[in-house]
Amino acid sequence: MRDVVILGVGMTKFGISNLSQKEMFAEAALDALQESQVKAGDLQALFVGNVLGDFEEGQINIAPFLAAEIGMRPEAPATRFECACASATVAVRHAVLMVRSGECDVVMAGGTERTAIMGTPLATKTFAMGSHSEYERFSGITFPGVFGMVAHQYAAKYGIPLESLKHAMAGVAVKNHKNGVLNPLAHFRKEISIDTVLQSPMIADPLQLFDCCPFSDGAAAIVIADAERYKDRVEKPILVAGTGQGSAGPVYRQKDLTRMAAREASAKRAYEEAGVGPSDIDVIELHDCFTIAEVVALEMLGIFDFGAAPEAIERGDTALDGKIPVNPSGGLKAKGHPIGATGAAQTYEIVKQLRGECGDRQVKDAEVGLVDTLGGDFSTVCTLVLRRY
Amino acid sequence: MGSYPLTFHEFKQGLAEGELPGLKCEECGEGIVPPSAVCTACGSTRLSRTSFAGKGSIRTFTVIRVGPEGFTPPYIVALVELDEGPWVLGNLVGVDAASAGMDLMNKKVIVGSKVLPLKPSESGVEGVVLTFELT
Repeated sequence: MRDVVILGVGMTKFGISNLSQKEMFAEAALDALQESQVKAGDLQALFVGNVLGDFEEGQINIAPFLAAEIGMRPEAPATRFECACASATVAVRHAVLMVRSGECDVVMAGGTERTAIMGTPLATKTFAMGSHSEYERFSGITFPGVFGMVAHQYAAKYGIPLESLKHAMAGVAVKNHKNGVLNPLAHFRKEISIDTVLQSPMIADPLQLFDCCPFSDGAAAIVIADAERYKDRVEKPILVAGTGQGSAGPVYRQKDLTRMAAREASAKRAYEEAGVGPSDIDVIELHDCFTIAEVVALEMLGIFDFGAAPEAIERGDTALDGKIPVNPSGGLKAKGHPIGATGAAQTYEIVKQLRGECGDRQVKDAEVGLVDTLGGDFSTVCTLVLRRY
Repeated sequence: MGSYPLTFHEFKQGLAEGELPGLKCEECGEGIVPPSAVCTACGSTRLSRTSFAGKGSIRTFTVIRVGPEGFTPPYIVALVELDEGPWVLGNLVGVDAASAGMDLMNKKVIVGSKVLPLKPSESGVEGVVLTFELT
């Protein structure tokens, strides 16, 4: 099978934007093309993550509009991917598979989303549509609620006092905000303290406001190509060494929420394909939609033993200068979470890290990086292993 | 031609009559509720209709303080393990949501249900949610 590389990446500033989804995507896409030394007319397909465009702007089937917007040709298929928060990572993965198979030589993947115009009530309602529409929705469950249940179950399972777990969780938020200060594209560039988290309003017990990532606007785009034909266009192509994607049913069937079958399956596949293990990873962008989500992700990705992540976080192992830096971009927590664009932005960060272009937030000598994105109530998880080529 | 073994409509009807309807796998004996097209343990399509006793234990919970449109916080959402094995999601009622804490974990509950009428602005069907009461 062919080696597949990322030639270039582009990303808008995350936050509250008055640009439309198409305008944001065009900005990110044109930057990515520029970096890649590829013309839009040469792109053979577009794979784009977009989750709630229907509710945000009354726009369905956005992908062909985006392709037209940047000047792609009618021969190039353009397709929207909807896998809740994992949409863009799944779009990237499918772009990689199309190039790897030989169907295409050079394509674009990415995502765009404009959540903020919905306002909190509509946003909360539409986000909750990721739950099972017959057997979960009518309980009034929310995404923070599901992760609140994860936290309570985690504390009980490992016999950790809830207060200790919450302190470690607050540490995740503090660390990611600290990293966000160093990222010019982050939604929030402001340090917070443990007290900021623990004194913020309760959202879904035991999660407080600062345990939760924001709703953001933003877009990101990535040019993916056959290595043999395209690698010489750029100075530092990045190899997509392995990918994985897993699926799982409703929360009530998953039972132990501290172990997510879709994530463990997805990570295993990506590691195997890349021929690496957790100890080979130098930098990680993972799905910290809530602080407890980062805790459990670290364990399921094999970075720490089950039940050991809170202690490792308290030790500073995941800090920018720690043993394994996690979410140097600021993560969803501080960089922001434009749901359908998130996976592409995580990929953007790892590419920049592996190229050594991250300035003050650069992880020293990063050669192998991991992207982990979770969609819905852990019903879709997608994993990418990237490395210098 | 196959037919769906226990539809949402039939499930709701059973609940309205005070039953907790579900399925039993004729091949491996697994109990399944809410219903599914195939056995959630072995994948068999040989499923027969059964009733669950409606008793279980709280395995985890949260208190929703900021809810979706149409819900009135605070309220408790819990995952309950039924005595027969399956886990179900629903609302813990009869407990002061605002002061709920970790002492709820593993508490025994009895399962009931509550019908949620469809609002004029909503598409879809009339909903139903399982309710749990401490024993």
